[in-house]
Amino acid sequence: MTLVKRRTAVIAAGLAAVLSLTTACGSSGPSGGGGATAWALTGGDEQTFRTSFESSGVDAQYFGNDAYKQKIRTAIGANEAPTLVFSWSGGLLQSWVDSGKIMDLSGEAANDPAFVNRFLPSVARTGVLDGKTYAVPNNGMQPVVLFYNKELFDRIGAQPPKTWDEMMALVPRFNEAGIAPFSLGGQSKWPQLMWEEYLVDRIGGPEVFNNIVAGKPGAWSDPAIIRANTMIQQLVDAGGFVRGFNSIATDSNADTALLFTGKAAMYLMGSWAFPTIKQADPEFISSGKLGWTTFPTVPGGKGDPANIVGNPANYWSVSATASDEQKQAALRYLREDLMNDSYVDSLLAGGSVPPLTGIEDKLAKTEDPQYLSYVYQMASKAPNFQLSWDQALSPGQADALLTNLEQLFLKQITPEQFSANMNATIGQ
Amino acid sequence: MSTVLEQRDRAPARTPAPGRGRLRTGPSPLMAVPALAFFGVFAIVPLGGVAVLSFMEWDGIGDPSWAGLANWAAALADPATYHAIWLSVQVMVVSWLVQTPISLLLGVLIAGRGRYRALLGVLYFLPMLLSAAAIAIAFKALLDPNFGMSRAFGLDFLSQDWLGDPTLALYVVIFVIAWQFVPFHTLLYQGGVRQIPKSLYEAAELDGAGRVRQFFHITLPQLRYTIITSSTMMLVGSLTYFDLVFVLTGGGPGDATRMLPLDMYLSGFSGNDMGRASTLAVLLVVAGLALALGLSRLSSFRRGSQLEGA
Repeated sequence: MTLVKRRTAVIAAGLAAVLSLTTACGSSGPSGGGGATAWALTGGDEQTFRTSFESSGVDAQYFGNDAYKQKIRTAIGANEAPTLVFSWSGGLLQSWVDSGKIMDLSGEAANDPAFVNRFLPSVARTGVLDGKTYAVPNNGMQPVVLFYNKELFDRIGAQPPKTWDEMMALVPRFNEAGIAPFSLGGQSKWPQLMWEEYLVDRIGGPEVFNNIVAGKPGAWSDPAIIRANTMIQQLVDAGGFVRGFNSIATDSNADTALLFTGKAAMYLMGSWAFPTIKQADPEFISSGKLGWTTFPTVPGGKGDPANIVGNPANYWSVSATASDEQKQAALRYLREDLMNDSYVDSLLAGGSVPPLTGIEDKLAKTEDPQYLSYVYQMASKAPNFQLSWDQALSPGQADALLTNLEQLFLKQITPEQFSANMNATIGQ
Repeated sequence: MSTVLEQRDRAPARTPAPGRGRLRTGPSPLMAVPALAFFGVFAIVPLGGVAVLSFMEWDGIGDPSWAGLANWAAALADPATYHAIWLSVQVMVVSWLVQTPISLLLGVLIAGRGRYRALLGVLYFLPMLLSAAAIAIAFKALLDPNFGMSRAFGLDFLSQDWLGDPTLALYVVIFVIAWQFVPFHTLLYQGGVRQIPKSLYEAAELDGAGRVRQFFHITLPQLRYTIITSSTMMLVGSLTYFDLVFVLTGGGPGDATRMLPLDMYLSGFSGNDMGRASTLAVLLVVAGLALALGLSRLSSFRRGSQLEGA
């Protein structure tokens, strides 16, 4: 090769590289064909989604939780979202609605009463934003349940606590017996939020948090929040949580393990802890050692003791930027295929409780009828089913909330400082 | 004959006289074009984008809008920013103080002869093969107060609140970072030590210098440039270090390990505030550049390089 030729080759190669980079923006979004597309999450109810989408011809892809959240943000921003958009409703969905990326389904709901009415009202309500229906539930309900180890309660001769005072009285008794009263995965931050959500609801009712969502100035200074946070710190001081709880991570299920290995007596967690335990130690459940109950009442509290917190369900919305053809296909899917008989059976087989009215008989025929019926009753009778705060708030506020709450549990800040810090985030 | 003459006339033209025209050595600079193109597209262009975004209000979903200096004003007035910078500085300085002496001494040890050293060297470089995420998950499991190493070894004192105590957590993070990176720097120092001419040590031995003296008067001065290279990587690396901390503590407990890169990521990708995140990113780039340039200036103050013209 002569020098000139070689030089040309190098330049050509360089140019080719640059060109290939600038033109390599292949469509990462769903194809613009007629068929509806969907992105759903792996794990959990994945199998139900897969079967349903395959039979109805929706072109679906599956992602891990965190990967999905990253990807969907980019896709929605670039108007390349899938036709069916998966969400937790709340603040995340609200930010998409505010940008005009999500289709209003209210007309659909008005034309076809069953479209929304087949769902439990407390769960369907979470898909309503600004008085319009933007999302419908697509999987099982996940209320937060107080799990307990019956064997350990028998050992100290105690009953599960019904009131906060009974619960506080149990703390020293368990500690003296060398048992941690409560397991808590503090390192993951969000398990601590379940305590805050329940206490605030029991003391002041749902309106306390509704004021926060509505962005009322100073809403975080509500006396109910100050009192709840004071009680949390009292519980920490009394040794209510397992030693070193801030080093325990939920993602490795170390907190769940404390309950079924007999190191901790009680455990406040979403209903998904049941399948986790069933997988790790099936004998613990089959021998009847696992108990479950509701969060205790607080004396003088305004909240209904039947109120629950957690994730009502996950939701499907329809992308506003999809083609008309795709929108029609997606709506047809939501009407005809979502939560049909085989869909519901598939959810139940996986240990999930679909948020539908009148499925008591189906629940009775499952493998764990007692537990699943309990979760169903809990959710269907709840006057209010509060969506987890970190999902309900805007992402910026949620980030600040988790950090401040952890500092509250660590006693780095007082309840008053917590309220002041959080008031500063209102409107973000 | 004329052809011979012509050839003779032409001969000097083929080899230029010294001092006239540059002597072409090495490959053509054009060979760098592909690499530069990649660097430009993947590093310089996004960097410009981030700089522009730091003057915009954007949640990552809708359309960005101009915000002027609002992000900068907010970031520089926010105590959380200074807390994150202070943590980053702490991690940077303590990491250097911990890692440099260990890597240097280990490098000198492994550079010596002996089969056991070779074996030790191989075993010791294992952490280099592991990804940061895997290391973080492994340490998270080991440090669990109930099901971690305390239980594995039956030693109660290992059951501390490693990642739950705000003060302790930062030092645990620094320790795990050191565990991951000391082998790499050891490798650098080992290479440096093996470059040192034997004759220097032989001469010192004749003059009656002991091992310790040899280390301080020969090994250390000869490793000057290795130390600067290693320190640059260490300091800039720990300033921008992210993945291990993200998996190990997520910035917790509270904000005890929320260093600048982590704060940037969390503001952008969990707080949906791309403006603030871009502002912090620009701060990071500036700090990293200043550090790297400062260190390379430091190294060029000293004369006496072993290479001509370097």
